[in-house]
Amino acid sequence: MSALIEFREVCRYYQMGDNVVTAADHVTFSIEKGEFVAIVGHSGSGKSTCMNIIGCLDVPTAGEYLLNGRNVGELDKNELAEIRNEMLGFIFQQYNLLPKLNLLENVEVPLMYAGVSKRERKKRAKEALESVGLGDKLKNLPSQLSGGQQQRVSIARALVGKPSVILADEPTGALDSNTGREVLELLKSLNNEGHTVVLITHDNEIASKANRMIRLKDGRVVYDGVALSPEELVKANRESEVS
Amino acid sequence: MGIGESFSLAIKNILSSKMRSFLTMLGIIIGVSAVIAIAGMGNGMKTFVKDTFSNIGTNMLQVYIFDDGTGTKSVSIDQIYDIVEKHKDELAGVSPYVGINGVVKYGTESSETTTVGGVSEDYFTIEVLELSEGRKLQYMDMKNRQQVCLIGAYLAKEWFNGSPIGEEISIAGYPFTVVGVIKQTGDSEPRARTNDDRVIIPYSTAAAINGSRQVSQFFLTSQPEVSTERARVSLENELLDILGDKDWFYVSSMAEMLKEMDSMISVVSTVLTIIAAISLLVGGIGIMNIMLVSVTERTREIGIRKALGAKERYIMQQFVIEAGVTSGLGGVIGILFGFLLSAGATALIKSLLQTQMTIVPALESVMMAFGISVFIGVLFGYLPAKKAARLNPIDALHFD
Ligand SMILES: Nc1ncnc2c1ncn2[C@@H]1O[C@H](COP(=O)(O)OP(=O)(O)O)[C@@H](O)[C@H]1O
Ligand SMILES: [Mg+2]
Repeated sequence: MSALIEFREVCRYYQMGDNVVTAADHVTFSIEKGEFVAIVGHSGSGKSTCMNIIGCLDVPTAGEYLLNGRNVGELDKNELAEIRNEMLGFIFQQYNLLPKLNLLENVEVPLMYAGVSKRERKKRAKEALESVGLGDKLKNLPSQLSGGQQQRVSIARALVGKPSVILADEPTGALDSNTGREVLELLKSLNNEGHTVVLITHDNEIASKANRMIRLKDGRVVYDGVALSPEELVKANRESEVS
Repeated sequence: MGIGESFSLAIKNILSSKMRSFLTMLGIIIGVSAVIAIAGMGNGMKTFVKDTFSNIGTNMLQVYIFDDGTGTKSVSIDQIYDIVEKHKDELAGVSPYVGINGVVKYGTESSETTTVGGVSEDYFTIEVLELSEGRKLQYMDMKNRQQVCLIGAYLAKEWFNGSPIGEEISIAGYPFTVVGVIKQTGDSEPRARTNDDRVIIPYSTAAAINGSRQVSQFFLTSQPEVSTERARVSLENELLDILGDKDWFYVSSMAEMLKEMDSMISVVSTVLTIIAAISLLVGGIGIMNIMLVSVTERTREIGIRKALGAKERYIMQQFVIEAGVTSGLGGVIGILFGFLLSAGATALIKSLLQTQMTIVPALESVMMAFGISVFIGVLFGYLPAKKAARLNPIDALHFD
């Protein structure tokens, strides 16, 4: 039984004028179904690059990415769109809700592209919004909500298509620490319900809420193991410096 | 995602910024209303011409004999009647027509605009003339060169309070007795220089006044069941036999004149319509312009939709349909506006020219204008839609 997400020596190069930037450098890891993994690293370490590849928004320059056993590098644009629609649920730092649509319509969008009938769509979008505690605001516009509420709408939208992976890119980045914590709790409970959650963050504190941590530096994996709290991390760093 | 979804999304987007949508459509609105009004004008002109000639009848033929001054080249009235008798399966009625150049007077009043023509009693089978009072001209009037006349509604109104019957007027200095009044033919008040401003006298009397026994003009009608053209050919052949040369006469047919006028109006209105249609093209470019701006503005939206699983063809479909709906809506507004414009032009023509010319937009021009505007929207929406569909989702997501 293969892993849900499998990176095999994944490389991603960007051409910048005459220079080639290596954003991902032979990244290898695999994530099993039901895991809660944080990908951490400083700015520029290659987190977004990995997240784009995991999310099938981009493909590796070299190496292989297998999603549920399928080699994503061999798929065309339409197939990638289908995979994003069926297998992935995105949660963005900036929420990325569609401002002219009300909450219900926003959550319906992935189902619309999946070809779900209008009635079924409404029903499922309503359930998803209820599950994040926004069942009373179906007809509101995103601009009428607080940041935390908007992020919960985007979680509902990520969930509604029953994806295999929930991909959260700095989901608390734009929120104050209390609402940020609530959103993290929500992700944790989703994981407890069986969802595979991949959380991308530069914040060690947040990353430590996950079960497993993949640390990137200059496009390479420098740590892959149990999620460490910042204190443990400092200790581990000190030990590695000594040795 | 179905087409229906794309339509409701398009309508939502159009309604969410009404002012901009209206400005986007403006070019189409102006183009379509111009096309409709101009095509309607051409229609109205044709109907007007047809109506104007309808009481004369399109089966009328006019014969002109050109005098060489010696009096040798002539066709007598008897000869013309013989021709009609010989070809009675093709020719119906005939009447000589003798025009008079002379002022019409009544007491101290005079009119220089009034047309005076001498005709035979058969003329009333050629032009449909109804009398509001009195009698028509009769054979005896011709035979005795009676100085009697019918007057048009204009003189009857201008000069006579009560009944003009039995009153005496003067034509080119000769006294005439009014025996009948021709009913008003126009819709508006009878006016000078129109069909209502005329006097009809016996042709024999008119010839006498002119001092010439020769008649140089005849009006004929063809039998209703044969083509006017065939009757004209027979008539021309007979006249050629009598006169020996085509240069001495000319036969003009009302049907042909009407046809020529019709095709002239068609040409003019087609040219004008094409010019108006060019503004539709300009309207299309306007749509493309705004759509390109809209694609840039909505880059983030496109990125989000793509991340959520929208295929390129759905994005494409959405923008093309939005462009099509925008210009189609512009087309509908333009059609309504075109009808308003036509009604306004009808009223204006009526009040300025005292003419009843109704500008009616034709159904086919309405359909065509709508079709063309949707087509133009789709055509010019294609490029922006392509641009939207091709956007890289990662770049689009980080765009602001
Ligand atoms: N589209 C791009 N073109 C060129 N260089 C890029 C592009 N995207 C990312 N990079 C570079 O790749 C490296 C990794 O970037 P990124 O994955 O965004 O890191 P992170 O998300 O951890 O901040 C950085 O050096 C960045 O400048
Ligand atoms: Mg980043």
